[in-house]
Amino acid sequence: MSVNLTLLTVMGALYACGIYLLLERSLTRVLLGLMLLTNATNLLILATGGYAGLAPIFDKSIPAENYSDPLPQALILTSIVISFAVTAFMLGIIYRTWVLARQDEIQDDAEDRRVAETPSFDAEDDSVIPVETSEFPLAMTGSPAAAAATGRAGGAGTVMSGDRPVPADRAASEEQPGSLTVDPRPEGGGK
Amino acid sequence: MNITSFAPLAVVLPILGAALTFLLIRYPRAQRAVSISLLALTLLLECWLLASVWDGGTASVDLGGWAPPWGIVLVVDQFSSLMLVVSSAVSLAVLIYATGQGMADGDRDAPVSIFHPTYLILVAGVSNAFLSGDLFNLYVGFEILLTASYVLITLGGTGPRIRAGVTYVVVSVVSSVLFLIAIAMIYGATGTINMADLAIKLGDLDQGTRTLLHVMLLVAFGIKAAVFPLSFWLPDSYPTAPAPVTAVFAGLLTKVGVYAMVRTETLLFPGDALNTPLMVAALLTMVVGILGALAQSDIKRLLSFTLVSHIGYMVFGLAMSTVTGLGAAVFYVAHHITIQTSLFLVTGLIERRGGSSSMDRVAGLAKLSPVLAVLFFIPAMNLAGIPPFSGFLGKLGLLQAGVELGTPLAYALVIGGVLTSLLTLLAIARVWNRAFWRKPQDAEHPDPVLLAEPGDSLTGDRAGKSNVTLLPRTMVGSTLGLVVFGVALTVFAGPLFRVADQSAAEMLDRSSYIHAVLGEDAPVPPVPGTVQGQQPAQQGSGK
Repeated sequence: MSVNLTLLTVMGALYACGIYLLLERSLTRVLLGLMLLTNATNLLILATGGYAGLAPIFDKSIPAENYSDPLPQALILTSIVISFAVTAFMLGIIYRTWVLARQDEIQDDAEDRRVAETPSFDAEDDSVIPVETSEFPLAMTGSPAAAAATGRAGGAGTVMSGDRPVPADRAASEEQPGSLTVDPRPEGGGK
Repeated sequence: MNITSFAPLAVVLPILGAALTFLLIRYPRAQRAVSISLLALTLLLECWLLASVWDGGTASVDLGGWAPPWGIVLVVDQFSSLMLVVSSAVSLAVLIYATGQGMADGDRDAPVSIFHPTYLILVAGVSNAFLSGDLFNLYVGFEILLTASYVLITLGGTGPRIRAGVTYVVVSVVSSVLFLIAIAMIYGATGTINMADLAIKLGDLDQGTRTLLHVMLLVAFGIKAAVFPLSFWLPDSYPTAPAPVTAVFAGLLTKVGVYAMVRTETLLFPGDALNTPLMVAALLTMVVGILGALAQSDIKRLLSFTLVSHIGYMVFGLAMSTVTGLGAAVFYVAHHITIQTSLFLVTGLIERRGGSSSMDRVAGLAKLSPVLAVLFFIPAMNLAGIPPFSGFLGKLGLLQAGVELGTPLAYALVIGGVLTSLLTLLAIARVWNRAFWRKPQDAEHPDPVLLAEPGDSLTGDRAGKSNVTLLPRTMVGSTLGLVVFGVALTVFAGPLFRVADQSAAEMLDRSSYIHAVLGEDAPVPPVPGTVQGQQPAQQGSGK
């Protein structure tokens, strides 16, 4: 099987640039990297077809070796279409990222970071059972010792949410948009 | 005319459904009816296909009348048809669940009208990948399902989904490029991409080239299947998607990767050339995955990590390349598709009932909704491998095969498998204790929904109604159906294991596959690098 050296060099350069760009943090560069990679792969498939020959339209007088191999070209056609669709989709989500976050960068997974920073100490499983087992947790929250122990700011049944204090029993809903204190009735008030 | 001639319909019907539902995009009721009925029809057809090869044998269909090795072939054997039936049953359940969710939420949460066509295309891609007897057609099947999954994972286009979607798309495209490079190299080396033809011709290559091609394929499929060093994208991207989407991804997409690995290992590169690295990867996948699960506080993320971890079991069975090991792996794949999907569906219900899927917020669900507790408990115990469930049977089969093999590495994997099973139980028990058993008042940040007095739903003006709006009957029903299907896998484990073992024996033998595709007079090359004495042992246990 003979191969075209120019095509091979171009392919190598495309792979090198593609992988370099893929490792960038900017999404547009990542996309460019992916495009280079897919195009380099198309060249690779083309190279597997051997040297350039005649168009593969059968003629009895031409020996079989003189034709180009049509199969790699069919494969390339398919892969071009696929990479075209994926590129269009990638452009769409990159634009969406820009609209939503005003930045063109791969963002960290916040939950992953949170789990990584969580100490291995588990408040429920590992803590010593407190001597005080009061039936009235709000009173405990109010006491200075409990406030210091839980590290909550505010005291007296309030926690700080951003810059304003909210009652402790509503603190959870504060972290969830939509389900806040607007309608204190549960289940969204179906009627 | 044989029933297997209709095998292409398993791909064509969902695509037809996608086209129809796309036309019916303004008529949600018609859309739902079309997609559910066409998927049910596909499932029936696939059950028929499975029945036709139930007692063994392989059938192939030449597409467009082109004879192999030039034309594209679809191959139906026990493994592929079993995978088809399980995957379609699971996707049907998830589709009904998603429909119920869409109806309950009034379709205003997300552009659900695009959901049905995309979902059906995903199913078509999965079917195509399972049936394909041609390496490039397998690539096309992967691309169909991946492109559909890109749309589904970013459904609605919210911030977190776009963030997760970017990672997912980039990683998937890279793995596809690797796969395509491998195909190009294989074509360059052998001049064919028909898998049966490759099985014959790859044996003639020298050892170095073979290993290179083998590793390229395994890396490409390993990314898709989320095998340990290549698994980090999965827990990052799955949990943010809508519950039905996560469920179907967890059930099907990684298993398509495992399926492709099985075909690579048995058909294209038989023998034990890379068994040791695969076993090490399997061990690390199991242990690292489950340790990740233990650290999570979000149920969806925790389940994503258990998903990664249990892929290790399948790779373990595959890496042994004995009939018992591969058979147990086949059974385990079927079991795991069902169980993992039902767990994600239940998590979707937990999220609806409890307001969140974070274990810091959810609590007391066992009292609030006993049905939900039962729906979670059964697949959870199944996943952890508690007898008598199918998870236990699958793991038992794998461990037996490992002990039978008897190498030090196999024993290490057996120990790792038991450890992973116990740690899975621990992870699942944490979810159970926190989300179901503890009082809502004890949660770190209890969701207001949970603190609302349970008296409401019993005596108040919403008596008996609250659970209906929060847990629509369609969603609970479809989840229940899938849980029952999982239990059915346990009940019918005997015949299923027999089929799995038989398919494993056929896959390792290869002659049935090659003869079905290339004709009865095709030569079946001997398995290279087989240790003397191993071959008779395999056949003995296969009978």
